[in-house]
Order: sequence, then structure tokens, then C-alpha cells
Amino acid sequence: MTDTNDPDVTIDSKDASCPGPLMDLIGKVKNLDSGTVVELQTTERNSTTDVPEWLEEAGHDLLEIEERDEYWSIYLEVN
Amino acid sequence: MHRIAIVGGGTGGTVLANRLASELQSEIEAGDVEVRLITADPNHVYKPTFLYVPFGKKTVDDAKRPIEELVDRRVTLTIEEVTGVDTDRNRLSFADRTTSLHYDQLVLATGANLEPEAVPGLAEGGHHFYGPDGAERLRDELADFTEGHLVLSVVGVPHMCPAAPVEFPLMVDAWLRERGRREDVEITYTYPINRAHGLESVADWATDLFEERDITLETFFNVDEVDPDAEVIETVEGNELEYDLLVAIPPHRGSDLVTDAGLGDDGWVDVDRHTLEATAAEDVYAIGDIADVPTSKAGSVAHYEAGVVADRIASRARGTVPTATYDGKTVCFLEAGMDEATFIEFSYGEEPYVREPSKPLHWAKLGYNESYWLTARGLL
Repeated sequence: MTDTNDPDVTIDSKDASCPGPLMDLIGKVKNLDSGTVVELQTTERNSTTDVPEWLEEAGHDLLEIEERDEYWSIYLEVN
Repeated sequence: MHRIAIVGGGTGGTVLANRLASELQSEIEAGDVEVRLITADPNHVYKPTFLYVPFGKKTVDDAKRPIEELVDRRVTLTIEEVTGVDTDRNRLSFADRTTSLHYDQLVLATGANLEPEAVPGLAEGGHHFYGPDGAERLRDELADFTEGHLVLSVVGVPHMCPAAPVEFPLMVDAWLRERGRREDVEITYTYPINRAHGLESVADWATDLFEERDITLETFFNVDEVDPDAEVIETVEGNELEYDLLVAIPPHRGSDLVTDAGLGDDGWVDVDRHTLEATAAEDVYAIGDIADVPTSKAGSVAHYEAGVVADRIASRARGTVPTATYDGKTVCFLEAGMDEATFIEFSYGEEPYVREPSKPLHWAKLGYNESYWLTARGLL
């Protein structure tokens, strides 16, 4: 099982405004190799549904969504 | 002498140099401080002008002015390409000479670069309005485009001016209607995520307008490659879309200078989003498109960041503690056609409110584009 405690890449999109956490993620993911584990940090509740939806469309794997005190950590693996 | 070096002569670099010339006027005149602006391009370019070039409303020459006319006389201007940053020794190296330059504080403001060739077939099959050549080619293509399928596709993420992709289809719709061609042209707008824009309020606003104006919206659309011969776009999601005229927001990249200096893995400088100080080195700041902050790559961002960094640098040059911080302030005008516009403003973590478009706001946008030259001078 992939270890989400030690992601390869962390994207800090907390309090991101325009164009938002999912666009931040897409901008980074395209340059990453298959197998890379990414943690997307977001304060937007919508990201917890938008991101999994996009991951499914784009064929990447959602590993875990962890709710922290002030933000969510969305872990994924690039395919 | 305390040496401040600014690399890049776009909005961020030019506004910053002029603000520092004003804030540190007496120190510069006493010979205690130098503010040096280093840029490879002798012209300052105001990129938002290019949106109007395809419609014949502006020319590419309207977008540029000699930078020496815009910077304060107290600024030392160097027209040269910086090829290396040594953050351990606080030195810059240059393309065409062997000497190097020491800095006490450095600001990188080198902007974003277009890279259409990053997507196979895009450079051959697509047009764009993000640079002078592309905007002129699109103008010529549009002038002869009387029928067919026009696709505006957001391909590159991140990209400059996140508002522009929404503006273009609304403008081209109005422009074609004025010429009696709209009935023979189908317009489609594509966006990478599950709505029309990253900002929900802008997405909602654009979706309603697109529907009203018969512009087709395609979401979850991430371009994998373009077949210029067959005129087909293929997406990561496994879909295909045929086009007759493709207008793409091309991929952007940061700078090798940044990667080589160890300031950011993918060419954008990793910075503290409030102080704009580089996370990987001392005495280095980044502003404008090259800084990796969670808001738009937009002129207004570069402008406001320049004000904050000017205060921080001036404080340090005087030996006081810097306290100015950037809160993510961003302001964007949005054209909603050829004669009406709206605008949005927001900071980190805020969702903007999109006002009803109006003619006065369109005039305000055009008026600001002219008075921008006062912004570059550090006056507005």
C-alpha cells in the first residue's frame, strides 16, 4: 500500500483564490511521473468532491482524503 | 553601498524599480543605495493589449514602450540577459560578458514564457493571443473566417490572465454578430475542470452568458494532443473535438534560471505567499508571474506585490524590520462582449462577486489600459 504519510510532492493550495486548488493540481500533475504520490492541501470544501471527480476522469488514483483542523489533505497517485 | 537588483522589466519589475526610486530617493542620491533594473528587452510590454489585437482594436505596437522612458532617472538600467543566479554568493552572471554583479537584495520578476510546443501539434494547429506574433496571426485568420467551428481551449495550466479565456469567446461572439457571420460559426469553449472557470462565481457567470449567446461549453477537457492535418483535438479524458479554427491558451513555463538556481523545481519560484521571499534562499524575492502564489498570474498581482516588496526592501536597506505583507489582492476586468465589461476583486481565500456587465465598465477597462503607463511609472 502507498504511504500517504510521506508524499513525494505537496501542493499548498490553502486559501487559494483564482483559479483555485483543482487548477493548481492540474498544473503540477502534468509534469509528474507515474507513481508519484501527491498531497493537495486545500481549504475549499468543494475540492473534496471536485478533485476526486477529476481524478476519475483523468485516470489518476485517489488514495485518501484527510480532514485536518483547518484544511483537507487530498492524497493521490499519478498514473 | 547597498545593492538592490531587479531582474525583469515587465509590470512587476518596472513598478518595483520606480517605487524604490521614490522610497529610497535620498539614500540613492547620497550613494548609499543602488537600485538596478536588469532586463533583456529594451521595451516594456503591456500584455493585456494583445487580447484586442485579433479584433483590430489595438496593434502590437500599442503594447510596448521603451523601458528607459518609463523608469525613474535614479534607477540604474541595464539591458542585458541574466543567465545565472548564485544565491550562496549573492551574485548574478550575464549572457555576453564575464563579469558578475553582487547584490544585497535580489528580486526575480522574469515573468512567464509561452510554450505551445509542449503539446504535440498545438504550435502547428492552434492560434493564440498571448504574444505579439500569435495575436497578429490570429487577427489575419479571423479576418477571413466566415464559417465553421471556432474552439477556444484552455490548454496550459497555469497561465497568465485567467480571465482572458472567458473574455475571448464572448468578444468573438459579438464581433462575428456585428459582421453578420455568427450564424455560420459555431463557438465552443473548453476548460480543464468540471465547470467553466476555476472560480465558481466566474464559472456561474460565464455559463449563463455562454448559454444565452449560444456558446457550447465543454468541461473536463485536458488537451493531450492536436492533429493539425485532421483538425482534431484529443484529450487526456479520451475525447475528440473537431475544429476549423483553434484558439488555445498555450502552456506556460517559468524560467530555467529559477530551476538552475534551486529556487523552484518547475521554473516558478517557491515563495512565502505573504512576504514573497524565496523559501530556498536568503535575500531573494519573486514577484509577478514567476512567483508561485495561489492567485492569478495577472498584472494587478504583479503591481500589488511590487508595492509590498518595495516596502520590505526599503525597510531592510534602512536597517528597519520589514512589516508589509501581500494578502493576495487581485483585480481583473472581464470583457463580456465588444462594448460591455465587468470586474472582480478578491484576496487569498475569497470568492469574488461578479457585477452585472455595463458599458461604463468597458470604458473603464479601455481607460485603464491607457493609464497603465502611469502604473508602470509607479504613479497609479
